[in-house]
Amino acid sequence: MTPSLALVVVVGVLVGTGVYLVLERSLSRVVIGVTLISNGVNVLFLIAGGAAGGPPLIGTTEPERMSDPLTQFMVLTAIVINLALTAFVLAMAYRSWQLHGHDEVQDDLEDRRVAQRAARAELDSRADDVGTDLATEAAEARDETEEQRDTSGSGGLGGPGRSDDGGPAGTDRGERP
Amino acid sequence: MSWLVALPVVIPMVAAGLALAVARHNRAQGIISVSAITAVLVVSVALIFVTHTQGPQVMNVGGWAVPVGIGLVADRLSALMLVVSAVVLLGVLAYSLAQGLADGQRGAPVAIYHPTYLVLAAGVATAFLSGDLFNLYVGFEVLLAASFVLLTLGGTAERIRAGAIYVVVSLLSSIIFLVAIALIYAAVGTLNLAQLSERLRDVDPGLQTVLQIMLVVAFAIKAALFPLSAWLPDSYPTAPAPVTAVFAGLLTKVGVYAIIRTQTLLFVDGALDQVLMVAAVLTMVVGIAGAVAQDDIKRLLSFTLVSHIGYMIFGISLASGPGLSAAIFYVAHHITVQTALFLIAGLIERRGGSTSLERLGSLAKVAPVLGILFFVASMNLAGIPPMSGFLGKAGLLQAGLADGSALAVAGVVVGLCTSLLTLYAVVKAWNKAFWQEAPQELPVTTSPRAMVGPAAALVSVGVLLAFVGGPLYAYTDAAARDLRARTLYIDAVLVTGDRGEGESSDSQDSDAAEGATSGSGGER
Repeated sequence: MTPSLALVVVVGVLVGTGVYLVLERSLSRVVIGVTLISNGVNVLFLIAGGAAGGPPLIGTTEPERMSDPLTQFMVLTAIVINLALTAFVLAMAYRSWQLHGHDEVQDDLEDRRVAQRAARAELDSRADDVGTDLATEAAEARDETEEQRDTSGSGGLGGPGRSDDGGPAGTDRGERP
Repeated sequence: MSWLVALPVVIPMVAAGLALAVARHNRAQGIISVSAITAVLVVSVALIFVTHTQGPQVMNVGGWAVPVGIGLVADRLSALMLVVSAVVLLGVLAYSLAQGLADGQRGAPVAIYHPTYLVLAAGVATAFLSGDLFNLYVGFEVLLAASFVLLTLGGTAERIRAGAIYVVVSLLSSIIFLVAIALIYAAVGTLNLAQLSERLRDVDPGLQTVLQIMLVVAFAIKAALFPLSAWLPDSYPTAPAPVTAVFAGLLTKVGVYAIIRTQTLLFVDGALDQVLMVAAVLTMVVGIAGAVAQDDIKRLLSFTLVSHIGYMIFGISLASGPGLSAAIFYVAHHITVQTALFLIAGLIERRGGSTSLERLGSLAKVAPVLGILFFVASMNLAGIPPMSGFLGKAGLLQAGLADGSALAVAGVVVGLCTSLLTLYAVVKAWNKAFWQEAPQELPVTTSPRAMVGPAAALVSVGVLLAFVGGPLYAYTDAAARDLRARTLYIDAVLVTGDRGEGESSDSQDSDAAEGATSGSGGER
């Protein structure tokens, strides 16, 4: 079985673009990236199903000329699952925007601590350089997410989320399921 | 008795629908979910007896014989996993119900908690029972979708932050799994595990290795095997205590289960055994090193979770009967003990107002019961002799020594050091939380007895495993023998070894179909 080159190229382009988007910081771009990859994988399933043929109904098509219905069922299932998960991630991105005024995937705590420690180590290594102190070094080592959050917070972009009663109430409910 | 096999999936699914229908009545939701999980527990125990005495049970969904239709298969391994997970699910459910009661109306669980929890149970059961790769994928997705909701429950800033990482990592691992499924289907034209294990033998070894790597990577992300484990300690600790407990106990073990299943059934030439063993040893080291460095109980426990996944993978990678048996025993032990520890961490947080070891102290005076529970469970985790953790580790170390290769012996040495360091980490946590003078005034609260009860029950289940250690090891030995022999599973699923040419027939009922139907679905 030789798959059609066009389909293979489509898979490559979709997955490649998707991977690029998944590496972005913004959750909504990640969602688009994941959707592109999943669609690429769906096309991959079509390739896996072999050459296209007639409808797989006994009496309509000769058994040898039937296309494989199983891959189409699998693609359908994958599409449904992907739809649900995309909806969930979009909801999460919206919630993140409500809370922070942006929808970026933030560094985890450990990463941030390591970055601060690295800043401290660098400072120690050039102890004679008395221009900067630890606090400014650490501040520079923080990522742009942090800065953006600060500016957007003061700029009032996060307004709708803060005034929303979902915030504090959510905290209370969330603590004790 | 094959209808039994469908029940662990069907009962929680139906119950989830019912619980959603009565979303306004908390008490009704509680009753529905407790009775559903209890029913699953009863069914799973029945399944253990049936599979132990009569061999693997196969249910052909919709009456279509297996290579065409969907098959649910229960053998010794999946029955044991089902029982242990049902016990844990029930314990955590009782704990969270008590938490709702203790906090009164204000702390009542959100209406979606119970339905989602039941969907999670159904997803776990699907993953354990599915007889083909695509259903395994569906089971994974069901439990992942439920876990996304549970992890971000309430939608606080911290949970959204942790949830975003967890969700993206899980989505990517699912996509890798899906690509592997597509490639396997293109290579051999079937996804049924039993049929795959016969057909993959004829595939080019290089291609086999590629397929195996893709599957193992997808499962290793879910099982949190080192280099792919970084997401776990960051996501789990932010969730509410019962949610973290059930995640820690079950979700990673579903990945371990999938690795056991595919390694023993599909890829018997062991091309990746060495790689898995190296990964297992590194997982132990890196995980426990992280745990030692932590000053927060929940994060510490998350790192020990990662570290102890290494033990199970070590047992699997030995590719011997004793190694596999000890790995299965260890999975059963670890599910109960890790869940119990996270529940106790939740109680400590309630009583002490924090899980940070810098802020806790003097708990032994005000909450002696918690002190005893945490002590027993953590000794069990570290593997102090009379406990089940010791039996599991001893089995693994024996199997490693029996293997005798340099790598396996190194694994044994690292395993011993990891146990010692686990002991150090948990004793440090215990000392700081319970023994040292409290650096600040503890809030005046009590731990409700109804919440301590389930945690204590799970701790004692972990201890009881040691008392039934002999019979349990006999059972896991039998399960490992089945897994390595493969014939029992394959013969149960594919009733006729030699499948004819013709078309599949839907007119026959399932009994007749088992004997006569031939598979055209997989062939092209």
